[in-house]
Amino acid sequence: MHDMTAHAAAHHAPPQGFIRKYVFSVDHKVIGIQYTTLGLVSAFIGMALSWAMRIHLAWPAASIPFLGTLSPNGAPGGVPTPEYYLSLMTMHGTIMAFFLLTAAPMAGYGNFMLPIHVGAADMAFPRLNMASFWVTFVGFVLACATFFIPDGPPLSGWTAYAPLSAVGPVAGPGQGWGQNLWGLSIALFCVASLLGALNFIVTTIDLRTKGMTLSRLPLATWAWFINAWVSLLAFAVLLPTCLLLVLDRLGGTSFFIPGGLVVNDKVLPHSGGSPLLFQHLFWFFGHPEVYIIILPAFGIVAHVMPTFTRKPLVGGWKVITYAMAAIGGLSFVVWGHHMFVSGMSPYMAMVFSVPTLIITIPSVIAVLVFAFSLYGANMRFSTPMLFCLGFISLFISGGIGGFFLAQPAVDSYLHATSFVVGHFHFTMGLSAVFAAFAGFYYWFPKMWGRMMNETLGKIHFWLSFVLVYCVFMTLHLMGLTGSVRRYSQFVADFMVPLTPTNKFITIAALLLGATQFIFLFNVIWSRFKGPKAADNPWHATTLEWDTTSPPPFDNFGGRQMTVYHGPMEYDGDAFVMQTSTEKSIAGT
Amino acid sequence: MPGKVFAVVVVIVTLAIAYCVIAHVWWMPVDISVHGPNIDRQIEETLFGAGILFIAGQLVLAAFSFLYGDSKGTRKMKSFPGGAKPLIIFACVVVGIEILVLSFVGSKAWGSVYFTPPDPSSVRIDVQAGQFAFYFRYPGPDGKFGPLHPELISEGTQNFFGLDTDHDPDSKDDIVTAQLAIPVNKPVLLTLHSKDMGHSFDVRELRVQQDFVPGIVIPIHFTATQTGRFEIVCTQLCGLGHYNMKAYIQVLSQPDYDNWLKQQAAMQ
Amino acid sequence: MSESELTMATGHEVLMEASPYHIEKKKLGMWVFIVSDACTFATFLFGYGYMRVGSQNWGTLFEFSSILNGIIMTFVLLSSSLTMLAAVRATQAGQKASANKWLGLTMLLGTVFAILHLREWVKMIGEGWRLFYNPMGGAAQFGACFFSVTGLHLTHVISGVIALGFVARGYNQGRYDESHVETAGLYWHFVDLVWMFVFPLMYLMNAR
Ligand code: HEA
Ligand code: HEA
Ligand code: CUA
Ligand SMILES: [Cu+2]
Repeated sequence: MHDMTAHAAAHHAPPQGFIRKYVFSVDHKVIGIQYTTLGLVSAFIGMALSWAMRIHLAWPAASIPFLGTLSPNGAPGGVPTPEYYLSLMTMHGTIMAFFLLTAAPMAGYGNFMLPIHVGAADMAFPRLNMASFWVTFVGFVLACATFFIPDGPPLSGWTAYAPLSAVGPVAGPGQGWGQNLWGLSIALFCVASLLGALNFIVTTIDLRTKGMTLSRLPLATWAWFINAWVSLLAFAVLLPTCLLLVLDRLGGTSFFIPGGLVVNDKVLPHSGGSPLLFQHLFWFFGHPEVYIIILPAFGIVAHVMPTFTRKPLVGGWKVITYAMAAIGGLSFVVWGHHMFVSGMSPYMAMVFSVPTLIITIPSVIAVLVFAFSLYGANMRFSTPMLFCLGFISLFISGGIGGFFLAQPAVDSYLHATSFVVGHFHFTMGLSAVFAAFAGFYYWFPKMWGRMMNETLGKIHFWLSFVLVYCVFMTLHLMGLTGSVRRYSQFVADFMVPLTPTNKFITIAALLLGATQFIFLFNVIWSRFKGPKAADNPWHATTLEWDTTSPPPFDNFGGRQMTVYHGPMEYDGDAFVMQTSTEKSIAGT
Repeated sequence: MPGKVFAVVVVIVTLAIAYCVIAHVWWMPVDISVHGPNIDRQIEETLFGAGILFIAGQLVLAAFSFLYGDSKGTRKMKSFPGGAKPLIIFACVVVGIEILVLSFVGSKAWGSVYFTPPDPSSVRIDVQAGQFAFYFRYPGPDGKFGPLHPELISEGTQNFFGLDTDHDPDSKDDIVTAQLAIPVNKPVLLTLHSKDMGHSFDVRELRVQQDFVPGIVIPIHFTATQTGRFEIVCTQLCGLGHYNMKAYIQVLSQPDYDNWLKQQAAMQ
Repeated sequence: MSESELTMATGHEVLMEASPYHIEKKKLGMWVFIVSDACTFATFLFGYGYMRVGSQNWGTLFEFSSILNGIIMTFVLLSSSLTMLAAVRATQAGQKASANKWLGLTMLLGTVFAILHLREWVKMIGEGWRLFYNPMGGAAQFGACFFSVTGLHLTHVISGVIALGFVARGYNQGRYDESHVETAGLYWHFVDLVWMFVFPLMYLMNAR
């Protein structure tokens, strides 16, 4: 055993030099950390933007520190103009949805863990993997660059509906180069996601070690695998959509622009295109995208929970995996539920409503599996476990909103209200973020070799959990009054009385954001000062806990791993590692 | 201990939410349309059905976290009796029934708005959205709308629709206004079209929300049952003035409406 | 080759036993890429269909000469698929010279296809076609659809020819083996297959 490690070290030296080791590294672990870090940076940028938005909504005349310096045009004296508010909102949505939640839980943790989970030394195509990250990074830089061009970022929302996004600068500030850069940034993000998905799929199918049958795959890996298929198909549609949008903007085509549009009393030269085509293409991607965000979250929770309940999930690996696969598959046939009042045929609305309601069934099954796996457990309430519990609660709250929105008749009232904003912050924004936190606290010892501080972690959890409800449940309820989203100020008569509510939300949101700095402090402090982590601090069974913290360059120090058990061999204090030759104790 | 705290927090949050919904702390405005009660009933039924699922889900989560903390070996582990099967059956049956009921009732509510053809005697009004205002056009005594010429649209000459009153006889008596007025208890047919971006026509009290899609004309129809003045807001992101794009709809008694129309015609 | 060289050349794998689930990973990767690329093409074609159905004055645009050109192009591309097949066979049989011949021929046919296609483009641009302009007075959409769909395909053909060149060189230098050639072949057949959709949809449906 020892001999082998030494042997491996001699012949399989990791690359030397800072650049090859930490920057342009082909090592999946470094790339995973790069993606995770990118997610962290994005989260704090996105959060800063949400602060600016919230402050402006509650105190329209307030001067926001730094904003005036960042954009003298967009926020003269630090007070955002209406268009700059929309720019902030667009970039908040874009950065959060793409660069935080599509990148971190899948590409970040997935890159680090998936090869280890399956017992491989690296991804199937390490160089492609490196390319994925750097392409994403360039995309991120382009997105951020929009803040520094004179007109500022685009204002057409993260959905970039045409023709607002397609006709160019006449549509408003930020619709010139801001929107171009946005389009290119997202196109690059698509390319990177496609390469990443390809890599994930091939790695999972091809590089599994001896004994790692599909039934023994850790559930997080199952989620990443299913998710890779969903990404592969969804991003392959967003990519050409972005290209066509850019063609409309720069090439003079009219895919998404109809004839006879008049802006500033001038007739635009376009003709024949269809704004609805853009909506169909965007949502054909967009709906799967939201499940691309939630599936890794499911996977993380399914992976982390059994470690702390000390028992397998109800239904073993199968039920949750089939539920995830069903969600992934169905996600491609429901996109029209974003377009109930868009002018699409009302019959199509019915057609899309039914699968949308049906997709709640596998979601409910997944939630029930999580909840009923707590039954009879001996739960250890470590920080990752608390975040898993928080995830379940938030996902129920967010998912319930789906029942409302999925019905055309109800949606015709609630569409474009803050009810929708509440819905998607609960599901996408916060339950997925909570799962990401669970994963972060859980895997931090493996990724950086040190333990995070539990007390700070728990404070972070409790404050976040309560404040999330204060912010986003209030937005939900406010939506019942018809309060419209994407308004930079509440000037509509019926919205003026909502100002106190708005202030309450803002204060809670500011506190929620502030809470995240506890997390940030914990991360940085633990990274350098945290106690050294044992190889298997959580007494877990999967392969990542079967190697050092952090793992060596080739993951297992030259050992060939052989797998004998499924990932959920827990029975209270007793547990059986996947590679152990002992007898199974949980019947998996 | 943290499990018990979690349980308490979840229960408090759930009760608070339930209270806000039941006490109508934030609520829909009173409906003033004929089809509105269908939609309201649908919303209330969903609140009831989904609300029960919501409360049940949160309470189950709370109960389990309360009960099944670490016993340090004093309590034996159990798994859920029957495994996943009852859960799957529960999900399929309960959610299945809920889906069936909701889409059955829901399709009626939706159908009452969209699948019924407009009454032939409807009052017809043409609506144009543009950055960042709504304009309304009444056909005038001849009952006909004149054709639109985008190239003639001009804010300066107040030709918001691009009418050619010199050449199109139908356009001559068209009445263009910045506010919408409709007679009460009379079916109304609006034709929505946009001159530039996507916009939306949203009147909360009427339970009507419909996007404008540039390039196509979208008809909607409804009947208002109460007089009053209500806000029309734009709910589709259309640019920097989106937040401030609004107009008013006045629901008037028939004589008031006729008077109003006369006044407007005189002002053209 | 010493062991350390072996390690350098192939990365991590040497120390691992081959996975029992090992399907050729390059080939699998290519298949996965093809699935995704097919979606991208489908999106373009869907957009084209949407434009076409929504237009009242689409018109019929291609004269017989263009169709004939298209038929020749189709024939050329189909033949290149056959020569690619022969190249793969030859590499599998270890016949280097013959493989080179067939690979060269495939690249040649690909180049001919590209040239024929570009000639068509040049002709159309000369007649006044633009992404946003239809000199025949019909829907301006046609230029946008035609140039973007065929442009995407042409990009695939040209990058395919270049990729084949790299594969052929690597194969001759002994860096690549028959599996690389086979993987490149998969891509090439896919590009060919896509043309079988593009040709009828873009040309035949718009024939005069
Ligand atoms: C991760 C992200 C995510 C997830 C998971 C979901 C989940 C769902 N979403 Fe959501 N949605 C978004 C992100 C997400 N959504 C975003 C980003 C938007 C807006 C985009 C924009 O316009 O900017 C949106 C908008 C949106 C709309 C359009 C609204 C509008 O614009 O008018 C609709 C309409 O049908 C919808 C429906 C649903 C449904 C039915 C689900 C279902 O999958 C939900 C299923 C889950 C449940 C049903 C909960 C299950 C649990 C229970 C019921 C507990 C039961 C337990 C016991 C009884 C013990 N969503
Ligand atoms: C992932 C998605 C995500 C997240 C996390 C958030 C977080 C927040 N959002 Fe977000 N928001 C969107 C996605 C998200 N948002 C989208 C898509 C839109 C629509 C844009 C559009 O209309 O076009 C939107 C719009 C939107 C609006 C509506 C604007 C409008 O319609 O006028 C508002 C207003 O209050 C708002 C506020 C907030 C607040 C206060 C938070 C706070 O919760 C912020 C506090 C932050 C956190 C709690 C997260 C911290 C996370 C980390 C630190 C990550 C750690 C990283 C790892 C573990 C790797 N957002
Ligand atoms: Cu018009 Cu928003
Ligand atoms: Cu959706």
